[in-house]
Amino acid sequence: MTRETTMGVRSVTDNLGIQRATKDQRSEGLARFLGWFSLGLGVTALAAGSRVARAAGVDDSRTARTVLRAAGVREIGHAGVLLVPRRAGLGTWTRVAGDVLDLVATGRAYRNRRGERRRRAGLTLAALGGITAVDLYASVRATRNRRGNPEGFAHGSVTVNRTREEVYRFWHDFENLPRFMYHLQSVITTGPRRSRWSAKAPAGRTVEWEAEIVDERPNELIRWRSVDGSRVPNSGTVRFTPAAGGNGTEVRVELEYAVPGRRVGSLVAKAFGENPQQQICDDLRRFKQVIETGEITRSDGTPDGTSIQTQAKQRPARPLAAHRTA
Amino acid sequence: MKANCWMAPNRVAVEEVPDPTVLNPRDAVVKVSSAAICGSDLHLLDGFIPAMKRGDVLGHEFMGEIVELGSGARDGLRVGDRVVVGFPIACGDCASCQRGLYSVCENSNPNAAIAETAMGHAPAGIFGYSHLLGGYAGGQAEYVRVPYADVGALKIEDDLPDEQVLFLSDVLPTGYMAAEMGDIKPGDVVAIWGAGPVGQFATVSAFLLGAEQVVVIDRFPYRLRIARDRAGADTINYEETDVLDTLREMTAGRGPDVCIDAVGMEGHHASAALHAYDRAKQAVKAETDRPHALREAILACRNGGTVSAIGAYGGFIDKFPMGSFMNRSLTLRSGQAHVQRYMRPLLERIRKGEIDPSFIITHTMRLDDTPHGYDIFKNKQDDCLKVVLKP
Ligand SMILES: [Zn+2]
Ligand SMILES: [Zn+2]
Repeated sequence: MTRETTMGVRSVTDNLGIQRATKDQRSEGLARFLGWFSLGLGVTALAAGSRVARAAGVDDSRTARTVLRAAGVREIGHAGVLLVPRRAGLGTWTRVAGDVLDLVATGRAYRNRRGERRRRAGLTLAALGGITAVDLYASVRATRNRRGNPEGFAHGSVTVNRTREEVYRFWHDFENLPRFMYHLQSVITTGPRRSRWSAKAPAGRTVEWEAEIVDERPNELIRWRSVDGSRVPNSGTVRFTPAAGGNGTEVRVELEYAVPGRRVGSLVAKAFGENPQQQICDDLRRFKQVIETGEITRSDGTPDGTSIQTQAKQRPARPLAAHRTA
Repeated sequence: MKANCWMAPNRVAVEEVPDPTVLNPRDAVVKVSSAAICGSDLHLLDGFIPAMKRGDVLGHEFMGEIVELGSGARDGLRVGDRVVVGFPIACGDCASCQRGLYSVCENSNPNAAIAETAMGHAPAGIFGYSHLLGGYAGGQAEYVRVPYADVGALKIEDDLPDEQVLFLSDVLPTGYMAAEMGDIKPGDVVAIWGAGPVGQFATVSAFLLGAEQVVVIDRFPYRLRIARDRAGADTINYEETDVLDTLREMTAGRGPDVCIDAVGMEGHHASAALHAYDRAKQAVKAETDRPHALREAILACRNGGTVSAIGAYGGFIDKFPMGSFMNRSLTLRSGQAHVQRYMRPLLERIRKGEIDPSFIITHTMRLDDTPHGYDIFKNKQDDCLKVVLKP
């Protein structure tokens, strides 16, 4: 099942009832279409060069025909880049670069032609402009979708060796969350369904928002969202299900957040970590540690405990100097 | 304090490092009275375990006295207690720990995300055993921080000397678990590849579990002599005799009921060509481990028998005899020792005099001499089988 969620995030619900973000199949389809389009243009330019030259209004010059043939070869190159790998990726940008070349060449032809030829060159220029716009759209979309989760959806799951009641109760007290969610500074309960969240930001600044519980089913689910007007619009769901065979509780978290612009985008990064998907996995690992063992596991090599940032820059496994443990 | 640090492949050095302190509520700081060099430390020395950093403190077999204790230790431990510490770090609370599978504790590896990438799921953290297994400082040092001390540290109540109880931290439970995984029945014939400390203790344990005959396979005469004289085994020197033929003959064609691989990733083979094949693949990283012992154990094992792999493997092996394994109804069991499960019962056996593990010790030296200890242990010089360090 595919549906648009409340935050406008495309996602699917699988047969376990778990919501997952989808791959952006729309932009991949567009890239493939552009690939076939390039192939058609390239073959036409090579096989029927003179007719294409006449249609574009540049049939009066030998140089133009050479340029046209070169453009044909280039189009076939684009087709290869777009069609051979299954993922669109950066291939569409090669088409944008080609479009710019075509626009420059046709623009020069337009300035040098008069009458009927000028009219045809003008039409070609307009058509090229349209194609460039489509290519640009496809490229931006494909590139954007390559970087992590720009659509603002992240999820994670963990199995905890505790009863559903215990796990639900611990999570439902949002003031517990900063114990294992490293990006959170504090959560203060301000009413039966309301809470005030604050997250660390660089240079001693904080990002704050107000959240409310919109749905709760004891021992099953908690759904929350930020109150209207928040600078970091977000919503989330945490589900609790019994693990098969009575082996504890499965905890599944889904987080959605809006990414309306660059500035707010960086606020999101501060509120949910640079990579919210990884952040959720780390948070859940620490959640399991805290609720099962009462502490967050730390070693001499990673004195800050589980977190992908500290894993990237580990120190040697030697004891810490005493002054660093404060 | 002084500690033995990994500096680079094939180089360790005793360095001055900060004293450890309590980081978490269930931590203890132990003043080490005895530590040992383990065969699996050699894989670190040789650079076959990834994720080592210059300066990492080594050592996962140690015992000593608790000198500092966190506020949350649960098990009635006191400052001043004499303890042996198990090498896998285990929380005692996760589903794995509660099933007795301490070496796959779900909470004790702070680098679980890295280990998951390499192995699919993360095993427990281990003292002084690379950042893949947690990045914990080890016990070849004057002091060591013990996380979850209430699970990992076993109090020694009586005056048994260090030499008798030290190996409860690793090689004794490891050898015992190797035999236990073989599901030995009274009257069984057991073959064990490797006459190092784990192979020696697997031999002793196999007899305790009812084996009638134990055959130990190695290439160093002095190690085979100890297996014969001290552990009661028959022996095969694989550089002098064909192992498969000899085992077949000893069992009149059946093959051993239980085959134990106590060698692991850096095995040797009598055939120079076969050894070169795996050594070359290892050099270009086409396989990480040289599984000579495992292949031979599978081929030797009787139809329907059990192969128990306790030797340490790191990554991927090549030419696993799957056809032999499948067609002959073999069972393969393996694992890092769940040490905490065996420490107490094995301590009882030591106390009753059923086992005296001190027979494997060939060298005792000061912590300052650790690099020399590594050298003679690795190169099998001076008839070295086990080095005990006294900080
Ligand atoms: Zn060991
Ligand atoms: Zn555990």
